[in-house]
Amino acid sequence: MTTMTDPPKAEGFRIGQLINDTRYRSYTFQFIAIVALIFAFSWLAYNASQNEQLQANGFSYEFMSAPAGYDINQQPISYDSQDTHLRATVIGAINTLIVAFLACVTATVFGVIAGVLRLSNNWIISKLMAVYVEIFRNIPVLIWIIIIFTVAANTFPPMSEFRLPRDGSDPTRTLLFGMFAATNQGVYVPRLTLGDTGWIVIATFLASIAGVFGMRSFARKKLYDEGKVVPVLWPSIAILIVPAVLMQFILGSPLGVENPEMGRFSFDGGILLRPSLIALWFALSIYTGAFIAENVRAGILAISRGQSEAAAALGLRPGRIMSLVVLPQALRVIIPPLISQYLNITKNTSLAIAVGYMDLTATLGGITLNQTGRALECILLLMLFYLTFSLIISAVMNVYNNSVALKER
Amino acid sequence: MNKSVLFGTLAFAGLAAAGASAATLDDVKARGTLNCGVTTGVPGFAEPDSDGVWQGFDVAVCRAVAAAVLGDSDAVTFVPTTGKTRFTSLASGEIDMLARNTTWTFSRDTDLKFDFTGVNYYDGQGFMVPTDLGVASATELDGATVCIQTGTTTELNLADYFRINGMSYEPVPIETGAEAVQQFLAGACDVYTTDRSALAAQRAGFENPDNYMLLPEVVSKEPLGPLVRHGDSEWFDIVKWTLYALIAAEEYGVTQANVEELASAPGDNPEVNRLLGTEGELGAMMGVSNSWAKDAIAAVGNFGEIFDTTIGESTAIGLARGLNAQYTDGGLMYAPPFR
Repeated sequence: MTTMTDPPKAEGFRIGQLINDTRYRSYTFQFIAIVALIFAFSWLAYNASQNEQLQANGFSYEFMSAPAGYDINQQPISYDSQDTHLRATVIGAINTLIVAFLACVTATVFGVIAGVLRLSNNWIISKLMAVYVEIFRNIPVLIWIIIIFTVAANTFPPMSEFRLPRDGSDPTRTLLFGMFAATNQGVYVPRLTLGDTGWIVIATFLASIAGVFGMRSFARKKLYDEGKVVPVLWPSIAILIVPAVLMQFILGSPLGVENPEMGRFSFDGGILLRPSLIALWFALSIYTGAFIAENVRAGILAISRGQSEAAAALGLRPGRIMSLVVLPQALRVIIPPLISQYLNITKNTSLAIAVGYMDLTATLGGITLNQTGRALECILLLMLFYLTFSLIISAVMNVYNNSVALKER
Repeated sequence: MNKSVLFGTLAFAGLAAAGASAATLDDVKARGTLNCGVTTGVPGFAEPDSDGVWQGFDVAVCRAVAAAVLGDSDAVTFVPTTGKTRFTSLASGEIDMLARNTTWTFSRDTDLKFDFTGVNYYDGQGFMVPTDLGVASATELDGATVCIQTGTTTELNLADYFRINGMSYEPVPIETGAEAVQQFLAGACDVYTTDRSALAAQRAGFENPDNYMLLPEVVSKEPLGPLVRHGDSEWFDIVKWTLYALIAAEEYGVTQANVEELASAPGDNPEVNRLLGTEGELGAMMGVSNSWAKDAIAAVGNFGEIFDTTIGESTAIGLARGLNAQYTDGGLMYAPPFR
């Protein structure tokens, strides 16, 4: 009894307390962890500094301003082999972002469709989706990329069948509708050309899109305030198309279409979607789509059945129950894992090298590194690029997540 | 006290790491095998045979060095490297030497800090096309799609060649030669470009070699040779003189068949005597046994024999000696005197 009421003796600090006293124990271990971490990193740095190659060459990014000397096939901004390594790096970074963006969009579409359909009451559809998810999720994405690339090279007709034979006869194959061609050197699609006043048509179209949103919110307001149902679908389509088409006629067709045309070896003009881009894009989409499908399914199953039963009792049809009641709630469960999937896609684009897609890893981490021999500099910069991309994507997606998260008032 | 032990260990580990790369010869002797970097597979130059044993023109150089240093031509660990990984492998010490169709260039020699020990094949970059493409010269290739092995000098030569001739092209970068050939055969590219020796080697392996042809243009000088890390002159000398020993052996008529006999007793030619160790102490000057050259030649044959059995005209590859003949036959192969 007395021991409990006695004030603690003002005894001195003992070393043993660092381990035995819960007040200090966590500090002790944190301190040890930090010291170990510092040691590990300084050992790495020391080891690197002792590298003969590095001692001889020094650590410098001067090579970035030297001419790259190599060519890049997919050039979102203009480039030739006399431009600097820095410009080649930037092009690689843009190519990475292009394929990452495309793959994120299509993976989401595939994932949402497959995830919802897997919960379908239709036995065949739900099993088909289960098969899709299990097959694509359980085979490494690199294998898928190579499979699709090889299949594309061997199943699409070779370019030689499109060429004009030298004896003057007709080629074996011609453009589909005079606009499209799928060859094993890539898929050619028409390109939009912009005349002098073309921007007016584009601006009109953008204004129309804003108009459609305005129109929809007007219809919603009408529905909530007065209970009147205003037709939305047809007016939306009309608002979207009519003004831009009118403007195109008034200004004398400034917007044009440039079709691919056969040159000596391949098509000139139009846009070329290279097999490497298609293989990478498609493989990343279906592979990650399978993961997203599972996230979506988990999100939907997380919503209690009572919600959809209550909505059904109110007379909502199944499609509306899904889009108005279940999905908005399910998004709260779906978004956080979806962020990781987007990050996975972005990082997996570095597998581009397997099919020769000129992304950041192929330019900076591949040819530039190999031609300059600046391995440490290139890899560090490469890490910095991917880290930045990933952090930006997670920041943006977190903002979106906060907007759909449960509001605690 | 524990800490000082830790510091001591770290410092020692650091010293050991720094010291490891300085004396490659000692490392190889201590290890008992030579780590030699080769290609991932180019017919004739370096490829495992049906028994999994590496064979080829470059492989013979590795085996010769192993025989010279260790007395055993099978004491080689072959490390397949790609165009991209080869320099990192060599610089990091993973391999002791690289014998992988590698072009001797200024920047690789100086900036990348390697030493080329000589040239075992004088090559040049060429183009291969399907005959039905209807092209007779590389100058007609404006707008063509070209498969290249990425991370090689061919990539840069190609860019230069098309730029200087004011032509455009669509590069299709491929990681390995095998994949590039696959794409080329499927028609995913119109042209395949690499060193002419490799083009000839790969064309020999096609189902219908006659449907493909090499264009006459040679757009670059590609002296291919083995290389080692900069800064270890002893090791550099050994690899260099082993290669020269093979070349000199051909010049003096020393063959795999007669080398034992010639090495048993001093003969009439003092150069041969010094080469084979029956006169003088050449081996000891380099820190290897006096029978180093005899061992190397006995293991793989002389330069001409290696050429003939791996890539020569009697093989499927069918390459003529051309520039790679002895200087006495109008070629560029010339070994400095063994004295």
